Amino acid sequence: MTAQDPQIARAGRSLGEPIVLIEGVEKTFGDNHVLKNVSLTVRQGEVVVICGRSGSGKSTLLRCIDHLETIDGGTIRAAGHLMGMREKNGKRVPLKDSEVAKQQRDLGMVFQSFNLFPHISVIDNITLGPVRIQKRPKSEARDEARALLARVGLPDKENAYPRQLSGGQQQRVAIARALAMKPKVMLFDEPTSALDPEMISEVLDVMVDLSRQGMTMIVVTHEMGFARAAADRVILMHDGSIVEEADPETFFTAPKSEHTRLFLSKILHH
Amino acid sequence: MNWSWEFFFTYMTNGLMVRGAWTTVWLSVVSMILGLGLGVLAAMMKMYGNRALRYIAEFYIWLFRGTPILIQLVIIYTGLPQIGIRLTVIESAILGLALNEGAYLAEIIRSGIMSVDKGQTDASRAIGMTWRQRMWLVILPQAARTIIPPLGNQFNGMLKTTSLASVISMEELMRSAQMLAQVEFRVLEAYTVAAVWYLALVSIWGMIQVRIEAHYEKPFGPAAAVSPDAKKQIEKAAGPAGTA
Ligand SMILES: Nc1ncnc2c1ncn2[C@@H]1O[C@H](COP(=O)(O)OP(=O)(O)OP(=O)(O)O)[C@@H](O)[C@H]1O
Ligand SMILES: [Mg+2]
Repeated sequence: MTAQDPQIARAGRSLGEPIVLIEGVEKTFGDNHVLKNVSLTVRQGEVVVICGRSGSGKSTLLRCIDHLETIDGGTIRAAGHLMGMREKNGKRVPLKDSEVAKQQRDLGMVFQSFNLFPHISVIDNITLGPVRIQKRPKSEARDEARALLARVGLPDKENAYPRQLSGGQQQRVAIARALAMKPKVMLFDEPTSALDPEMISEVLDVMVDLSRQGMTMIVVTHEMGFARAAADRVILMHDGSIVEEADPETFFTAPKSEHTRLFLSKILHH
Repeated sequence: MNWSWEFFFTYMTNGLMVRGAWTTVWLSVVSMILGLGLGVLAAMMKMYGNRALRYIAEFYIWLFRGTPILIQLVIIYTGLPQIGIRLTVIESAILGLALNEGAYLAEIIRSGIMSVDKGQTDASRAIGMTWRQRMWLVILPQAARTIIPPLGNQFNGMLKTTSLASVISMEELMRSAQMLAQVEFRVLEAYTVAAVWYLALVSIWGMIQVRIEAHYEKPFGPAAAVSPDAKKQIEKAAGPAGTA
């Protein structure tokens, strides 16, 4: 089974309560208005694919959800947290560092450039969070890490250092590292863009598998095969706004926005 | 009077010199450790502190890098009593050397931290690390890789810089040689013996340094495949390390 089997992936998944609620989010870098009144609701178990051309704000939106960037307006609720904020007598005050960190533990993020910790082994990369942050017993964390490594197809790499792995292997370790924290939502920012073509499917297969097991996922990607196979909804961002939001079938065959048609024609004929 | 090997060899193992060498070693180690603490603190204040902390760190670095260590030592030991601050010779030597070292190490540490990829901060925040956890578990261990070679060279320098503490009568190698030279006026032999001792200490440190560096390089790949000996050759070719 590969990312190209659409029906199999989506079959039998039922969506739950909203778990990510983005309302009227604004983000600027200097005088560059990067996110403009962005609203989006993602339900538990849902897989949302975000695409759009370079600079349209996809990464920034993901980073705002995980509070790696602070937003300038609107609200983001994710995994039961009002991200980066606390409500106090009806007013919102920013949380301090350690409280933000606690919220972030419920969200997993996978980056285009993997960002594994190069100074420690694969298994230590995966257990660092559970052991040092969640203070779980080391032996338990290592057992779980081994199970995760098996799940991403790398059972024999626990003692390797990141630099000894291929890009596809590193990205699968990065996924295992994020999963080790038992996140409620997984965010992927172009997880396969830095990979050689022959390694893309090994990462996508892991992601499809994850979606089948009911993980809520927001995925920035231009892998349309993955979108067809695993997405419940596909979104197009253009110039800091969401301009199209549809199920994959409609997105690819009958998009409403001119931007989507243009985007699809570029991506399908290059 | 001509060169006497007899005096040379007797001085090599003379109790005064051996004690002096020992003092040089522990004075260097203690000052380096304290200097490292000050350096990390100053670097953190400069990089992550509020405006006041930043200014304090910058002033400290500017002051101690901008004045000779000799003057710093003399002021601490002979100058400060004038305003009621009396420190022993040992306290003054350690304080002066550590303050001076910390100012240099602060810049080394700062550039080491800045050399760590920005993606590492993102990744550690994404799994929910606090600032402190991020520093200790991810950023500093990786900064260590860039910091450790210059740090080793600084310690090489420190071993020799401690000789300046002889002016405040700290009984390390240099001071021992001075005292020995006055006994039989075998000035050349006494100072040559001190020089040989410094060479020995610095060389031993060089061997330790190669091993420490190899340890921190290990996770990062091909460089780790370079044997310690080959690495030493490369370093020798690059010229003598450290400054005093
Ligand atoms: N840290 C930052 N500081 C300043 N400007 C930024 C920063 N991050 C992003 N930007 C700007 O925000 C805009 C949106 O960037 P973003 O990375 O979100 O786009 P993207 O849709 O992910 O593009 P790509 O497909 O190239 O990854 C761009 O104009 C970018 O230059
Ligand atoms: Mg991006």
